[in-house]
Amino acid sequence: MSDLPNVSHTPGKPAPWNDPKIRALVFQALLIGVVVTFGLYLINNTLHNMEQRGISTGFGFLDNTAGFGVTQSLIEYDETYTYGRTFFVGLLNTLLVAVLGIISATLLGFVMGVARLSRNWLIARIATVYIEIFRNIPLLLQIFFWYFAVGLNLPRPKQSFALGETIFLNNRGLFIPRPITEDGFGLVIGAFVVAIIAVIVIARWAHRRQDATGQPFHTVWVSLALLVGLPGLAFLAAGAPLTWEMPELRGFNFRGGLSVLPELFSLTLALAVYTGTFIAETVRAGIQSVSHGQTEAARALGLREAPMLQLIIIPQAMRVIIPPLTSQYLNVVKNSSLAAAIGYPDLVAVFAGTTLNQTGPAVEIIAMTMAVYLTFSLSISLLMNWYNAKMMLRER
Amino acid sequence: MKKRLLVSALPALALSVALGTAQAGETLDAVKGKGFVQCGVSTGLPGFSVADDKGNWAGLDVDVCRAVAAAIFGDASKVKYSPLNAKERFTALQSSEIDMLSRNTTWTLTRDSNLGLNFAGVNYYDGQGFMVSKNLGVKSALELDGASVCIQAGTTTELNLADYFRANSMKYEPITYDSSDETVKGFEAGRCDVLTSDQSQLYALRIKLSKPGSAIVLPEVISKEPLGPVVRQGDDEWFNIVRWSLFAMINAEELGVSSANVDKMKSSKDPGIRRLLGLEGIKGQGLKLSDDWAYNIVKQVGNYSEAFERNVGQGSRLKISRGLNALWNNGGIQYAPPIR
Ligand SMILES: N[C@@H](CCC(=O)N[C@@H](CS)C(=O)NCC(=O)O)C(=O)O
Repeated sequence: MSDLPNVSHTPGKPAPWNDPKIRALVFQALLIGVVVTFGLYLINNTLHNMEQRGISTGFGFLDNTAGFGVTQSLIEYDETYTYGRTFFVGLLNTLLVAVLGIISATLLGFVMGVARLSRNWLIARIATVYIEIFRNIPLLLQIFFWYFAVGLNLPRPKQSFALGETIFLNNRGLFIPRPITEDGFGLVIGAFVVAIIAVIVIARWAHRRQDATGQPFHTVWVSLALLVGLPGLAFLAAGAPLTWEMPELRGFNFRGGLSVLPELFSLTLALAVYTGTFIAETVRAGIQSVSHGQTEAARALGLREAPMLQLIIIPQAMRVIIPPLTSQYLNVVKNSSLAAAIGYPDLVAVFAGTTLNQTGPAVEIIAMTMAVYLTFSLSISLLMNWYNAKMMLRER
Repeated sequence: MKKRLLVSALPALALSVALGTAQAGETLDAVKGKGFVQCGVSTGLPGFSVADDKGNWAGLDVDVCRAVAAAIFGDASKVKYSPLNAKERFTALQSSEIDMLSRNTTWTLTRDSNLGLNFAGVNYYDGQGFMVSKNLGVKSALELDGASVCIQAGTTTELNLADYFRANSMKYEPITYDSSDETVKGFEAGRCDVLTSDQSQLYALRIKLSKPGSAIVLPEVISKEPLGPVVRQGDDEWFNIVRWSLFAMINAEELGVSSANVDKMKSSKDPGIRRLLGLEGIKGQGLKLSDDWAYNIVKQVGNYSEAFERNVGQGSRLKISRGLNALWNNGGIQYAPPIR
């Protein structure tokens, strides 16, 4: 028996049941099958039990009128919309705070990470103190701090800080004029799109020219001029088709204009300051991972500090920075669900909170909510993996 | 990916394991087995359920838990409390983390029919009201157009508020916090002009303000909020015990039996009183309790009037008058079916 395999087939082509590739596939398929079956069984069992216990199940509630109000919505919403709509209201509010949080945490983190390595003693100290303090205090406490101690301690509406009767700041939020477009504004948008295309073309051309001849081009200034100039001209040509709706104090609150809620402000700030510390450390580690020889070589070429960072150090550091940066971004998304504590109407507060409370199908609502976070997280991962691949060391 | 899948399946697993079908007798057996009643209460609402610095709970809602323990064990102290915020309370009951919920919870159709729960009675008839800071100068809720309103998430309050403002074509900005502490803090810090909740709770929360005198409760009552104890649907025996423990307190008041005179009343000739105290009639048999179940409730917890006055009435800091909660033969609507 033991020598049978040697006889039965040629070495290059094992029998299918001995082929490691096929085997791996079979086992993976089996595992997926088991996991899926088990999952379906669980869900089925749960739903069955819930029905037995008189707990409502199913997605029918999504079509019913919600009847409750939400402070902030990026899409049209009032009490007469459905529970299904509250899902999107919450989802967009979560997306908003996540995007704002990620952008500001990245800016803060990069500045502080670079500052920590600064040769200026004071700047380096400030960065160190910032990182050590805010990294070590629980996020929820920081959210409470920015909200109750800072945001809500601003003056009340009647005593608002005002900037020339157009911008107001008080403990109900920041109120700014809202632009209202009139006929002809499409021209301005069109001009802006043209400007963007022009900038891309010019940037490509400049890049190619520099590669070929070594001659640099003032891409930044030309682009800026285009981006501001073209829409500006169109704006004048169309006869300034834009008016402003001013916020004004009426009764208890400011009405009209655009407003930034203190809940949004505090939550974004807390997320940015907290996550910024981790990003700063990541950036520092990334920069330090670039061998010192690179710095010396850059200096020997006579590069000044800024171009050296921009052209030599950061691009190489990015390879080390991106993977941990991705997980920080994922943390921002997940941590944004602490919103409910300070009354910011995110997905968890609006949909997995009020909607769940008013309707009852817990499994369905929690599953939908988890699906959203999973989708956000996977999208960020995919995006960052793509970026990582782009930044990877290319052997030439 | 695989790990994520597992992680997302876990809560479902927990739910499906925890959700056995409730069967008659199950809860009573479990309670007798462990020797105490696990009762869900608020996280701290003066007058209804609040813990002192030694961890002893007191309040009108707490007294219902104690009455049930007195009926089962003849000892009102055999209760363990689970403080729950509004959002957590029904899940805690559904998943059998608690045996009963006695936490200023409004009886509504949705909750009674969609959540697999049953309301065992009403221990306080309430209605939603508004609290505003005194220096706003507001005298009526109809002057609140455009106001910011602090609410607690997971309550009936959110919907009532929306309905009221919509019906009166007024605008408002709802600020919805998870816990009652944050709601009060938001109100004190001036994030909102109004705090809305059941009126009884407004009086209770006002005590928690650093300057209680700085706020007033507006006269309007915008909803019906019958508050009462809740149990899981499907265990009728347990449902009966909770329901009749409350009824015993109300009947005791009606019959003039109190913790002070209950021993003397044992020699009363009034058949109603004798049936209440288990001296004749059906006694504890149908409830599967000892014959002196109601005697123990009155002796150790008191009748409804005693509980009311001690916790929220004249004997308390809240000084709420009986109002709707007076007995039916005394101008109110508190009414319990007879013990016979
Ligand atoms: N009766 C209403 C409201 C009950 C409620 O939760 N009220 C708040 C008052 S702001 C409360 O008691 N909070 C105390 C806590 O969360 O522990 C309901 O059943 O939904």
